[in-house]
Amino acid sequence: MDGKISRRSFLKGGLAVAGAAVASSLPVPEAVKASSVEELATLMDVRKCIGCGACVEACKDVNAPKFPEPEKPFPKMYPSRVKVSDWSDKQDVDDRLTPYNWLYIQEATVNVNGKEETLTIPRRCMHCQNPPCADLCPWGAAYKLKNGITRINADYCLGGSKCKSVCPWHIPQRQTGVGLYLDLLPAFAGNGVMYKCDRCYNRISKGKLPACIDVCPENVQKIGPRDEILKEAHAIQKEISGYIYGEKENGGTNTIYVSPVPFEDLNRAIEKGPGRPNLEPKKDSMAQADNLAKAMVIAPIAGIAAAAAKFFVGAKKSMGSEGKQS
Amino acid sequence: MKKQKETGLTGGSRALRRVFILMMTLTAFTGFGQMPIFKRYYISDIPGMAWSADFYATHFLHYLGASVLLGLFAYFVLDYLLTGRKRFQLTPSAYLRMVLMAGIVATGILRVFKNMPDILFSPAFNAFIDISHLGFAIAYLFAALVLAVMKRGWLRKVSYAL
Repeated sequence: MDGKISRRSFLKGGLAVAGAAVASSLPVPEAVKASSVEELATLMDVRKCIGCGACVEACKDVNAPKFPEPEKPFPKMYPSRVKVSDWSDKQDVDDRLTPYNWLYIQEATVNVNGKEETLTIPRRCMHCQNPPCADLCPWGAAYKLKNGITRINADYCLGGSKCKSVCPWHIPQRQTGVGLYLDLLPAFAGNGVMYKCDRCYNRISKGKLPACIDVCPENVQKIGPRDEILKEAHAIQKEISGYIYGEKENGGTNTIYVSPVPFEDLNRAIEKGPGRPNLEPKKDSMAQADNLAKAMVIAPIAGIAAAAAKFFVGAKKSMGSEGKQS
Repeated sequence: MKKQKETGLTGGSRALRRVFILMMTLTAFTGFGQMPIFKRYYISDIPGMAWSADFYATHFLHYLGASVLLGLFAYFVLDYLLTGRKRFQLTPSAYLRMVLMAGIVATGILRVFKNMPDILFSPAFNAFIDISHLGFAIAYLFAALVLAVMKRGWLRKVSYAL
């Protein structure tokens, strides 16, 4: 990807967006046996992960053409509180999420059936069912596809990092010096582009599996229609008396983890911080807005009722005064 | 027909005028707050304004203000059709404001639909409604400012000369 985005490439980006819309309606892998309009979810069986890192490596290799190639020196940004986010010299970092590392492995040393064990957990974007990053992006740069993938279009994103602020796990990561903001007002608005896992939308549109699933030697992950994935997750949970994460978090996600130990324990044991998401319970971020949106229907009805009442009261009054005059 | 002094959208009702201005200010402010600029430009550092950097708070207030405005618009339209047009006439600037406001409302409704859990638009249409909602809002604010300076109201009283 060319780091410099001209107006022409912005227009091309528009076509790419339209193309993505078409791509989202293309058949998905036969392996997952899902129709294009079905929401696909992934199942991650924490018991199976050996932390080999093959998924992390494959993610980096396959998505390398999507990684940022920033222009340097970066334009000076105002006011001075606006900080540069530059990962271009640290592209090899793989122990957290970065614009160049969209998947990493978390480690948790916990007690499993009375035995101390280190569990490894692949972490990336959860691909929420109602993603706040896509709902609240002011430019439409982040959006959800019918097959359950949430994407950030690098050609539209201005790098304001709002998606990261509203994401319950603060997943998207910013790279300065790349993207559309360079062609607008680089000193005063924007700060690069936000990057995160796009669940290999381009591979899925070609009938391939996401790279992390494809290369995993232990078959930790599985992708399929959400209801089938949930059914399987619950079956495993029942079988091992285990725990599920991602089914209800943030109102529901398309990444379902199954673990033999409670996620509270895992959350306590993992390293958390910038680029290292936690495993806490998450309430539905958009629930309040969704409820208010439903209530919005009442407002115009109330307005119409008030105007009609005013009209009838006025008409009654004028009829009364006419009656008195006669 | 003799032309008279132009008046506001509320046809002289001071209480409605206050609510309308308050809600327009609230939705404009919280609407601009959907862009990550209030923290960058120290607005949220002003004592009592920390909430302006909370995107969920500004989003909720934006919805709340939009709900009240939708109610007011429904009231204004029906009230004008039932009683207002006998006493008032829409000014040319009112038609301009109505077109721009209709754009804000239409794209705003689509924006609300987009945020619902089970409604998905194409990526290109998402970008279109986001940018056009902002575009209509900026155009409306600009037009409202220019028309306020020119003292052009929404309505003018009409009197019928014999």
